[in-house]
Amino acid sequence: MAEIQSYTMNFGPQHPAAHGVLRLVLEMEGEVIQKADPHIGLLHRATEKLAESKPFNQSIGYMDRLDYVSMMANEHGYVLAIEKLLGVEVPIRAQYIRVMFDEITRILNHLMWLGAHGLDIGAMTMFLYCFREREDLMDCYEAVSGTRMHATYYRPGGVYRDLPESMPKYQESKFRSKKEVDRLNEAREGSLLDFIEAFTDKFPACVDEYETLLTDNRIWKQRTVNIAVVSPERAMQLGFSGPMIRGSGIAWDLRKKQPYEVYDQMDFDIPIGVNGDCYDRYLVRVEELRQSNRIIKQCIEWLRANPGPVIADDHKLVPPSRVEMKDDMESLIHHFKLFTEGYSVPVGEAYAAVEHPKGEFGVYIVSDGANKPYRVKIRAPGFAHLSAMSEMVEGHMLADVVAVIGTQDIVFGEVDR
Amino acid sequence: MSERYETLAARIEERFDEQVERVDSICGELTYEVNKSALRDVAMALRDEATFGFEVLIDVCGVDYLSYGSDEWTTDSATGTGFSRGVSRREVILDEADTFDPRRFAVVYHLLSVNNNTRLRLRCFTGEDNPPIVPSLVDVWSAADWFEREAFDLYGILFDGHPDLRRILTDYGFIGHPFRKDFPLYGNVEVSYDTDKGRVAYQPVSIEPRTLVPRVIRDDNRYSEDLKDTGNG
Repeated sequence: MAEIQSYTMNFGPQHPAAHGVLRLVLEMEGEVIQKADPHIGLLHRATEKLAESKPFNQSIGYMDRLDYVSMMANEHGYVLAIEKLLGVEVPIRAQYIRVMFDEITRILNHLMWLGAHGLDIGAMTMFLYCFREREDLMDCYEAVSGTRMHATYYRPGGVYRDLPESMPKYQESKFRSKKEVDRLNEAREGSLLDFIEAFTDKFPACVDEYETLLTDNRIWKQRTVNIAVVSPERAMQLGFSGPMIRGSGIAWDLRKKQPYEVYDQMDFDIPIGVNGDCYDRYLVRVEELRQSNRIIKQCIEWLRANPGPVIADDHKLVPPSRVEMKDDMESLIHHFKLFTEGYSVPVGEAYAAVEHPKGEFGVYIVSDGANKPYRVKIRAPGFAHLSAMSEMVEGHMLADVVAVIGTQDIVFGEVDR
Repeated sequence: MSERYETLAARIEERFDEQVERVDSICGELTYEVNKSALRDVAMALRDEATFGFEVLIDVCGVDYLSYGSDEWTTDSATGTGFSRGVSRREVILDEADTFDPRRFAVVYHLLSVNNNTRLRLRCFTGEDNPPIVPSLVDVWSAADWFEREAFDLYGILFDGHPDLRRILTDYGFIGHPFRKDFPLYGNVEVSYDTDKGRVAYQPVSIEPRTLVPRVIRDDNRYSEDLKDTGNG
């Protein structure tokens, strides 16, 4: 029999299953992986250093571009850290809006993950199904911020503007018939809240569809059950958070344990796994889709009943309205100072973390009292997860690497920053 | 600060005595400055002793305090020379000295206890050494591995005892430590395709650095503690 020699294999950085620009150097013993050495940084943009060179508010847009499939959750972490330093109170309505959009973002992220993870290990249909629902949520982003992805919607002190009373509509074109446009616009006749409500009504059935395709699917189970098992002890050692730590059976969720905004008012459950393998993490994330839907429903109900301001009434921090500005000298000064210089933040340091769809997304800001942060450190959940790659794939087959990349829900925007 | 954190603070101070020093916080967070020599012992105890139980290392990051508290804005003299009026760009200081200001580089650790639901921040200054060095905590928390590599890459802080201290985020063959405050924002080199050589080549950066918004420090008395409780300040 021929002797099998160990050899080194290069995976990526241009590989469709690498979810971006991941280069893996794999030490193989035949088909079996001995060691994996991820090379990251191909998407490094020095976001933290750029943020240190700009006034606080100008970096909110950079946060969207970190984890570019869960944009508002990134903004939330950054904005929370600034608010913690400033000690500002966020109006209650803004808190509900933030919670609602955090959960919309969670669904957006998990749908992207489910589709891509499915595609990677052989369930092509998932990708199409997931993107069908993502489209509606992107429209929510567009309605509220004007952009489908990089929203820059959260601001220190609240959110940029209140929820709109009308939804953008599709228009007839040579690519879209009147009939189709009418079908697409059916849910868009009312306000944004009506649109989101219609979505939450139909979404549980969509999740059932995904589960029909995957949960009891023999191939899906063969590819995920008992792959990359992580014990609870190791999960903590490796700094896991979010679905990765919950998949290993630890009921740790910042929304419950260290609630921010109005999460303590919300009624939802935390799903946890048993075995800590890829299949359990899949189940956890799918259940999170349902729980997020529940939270969104509760927010809609509250937001309908309680109008009010959505951003703090502090013009040292928040620009005055255009009307005020043209009428009132002091408002004009505030406006000018805010947009030329920004606001100064008291001396100190703060770490604020949110339960990002991928795990704990934290922002650590050191301020020396200037209008720019002295140091911004972004704690990206994916960074800690990816560092456990070698441990997770050891002893598995080459094809399982793809399953592990999928289960970690890696997005390079946040890993490389 | 909540009672839970005060209890934790009391326990830490009792257990570690002079090894740690508490840092005041403006937003109710617990921060300790740890002596470099005691760092490993403190970390081990914080992880293993049930009263602390910090099983999770959330984050490790380097901080460069070189230009802490300095601004770029002079308002005592005005000129009419346009946009850059008043901006005093700081000269880049090169770190050619054998020793650093002992409080220049720090490594900041964020810890989390899942069982006790508490957070803790440790800060360890690297001292005068050039290159700066602190003991590695990889064998205390496995998560420290990549975070320490990142701090090494971006700040040039060495971690004594790290099994594989390589660059992680910057390009293969990168020179310098880009997040240091004496490293220019635009970098030192740029790449372009060289038609003569027939390949991509490095050359010194050609961009002029600009300050779009100068860094200013304002003492805003709205945030002073004395005024906070009076309501309308």
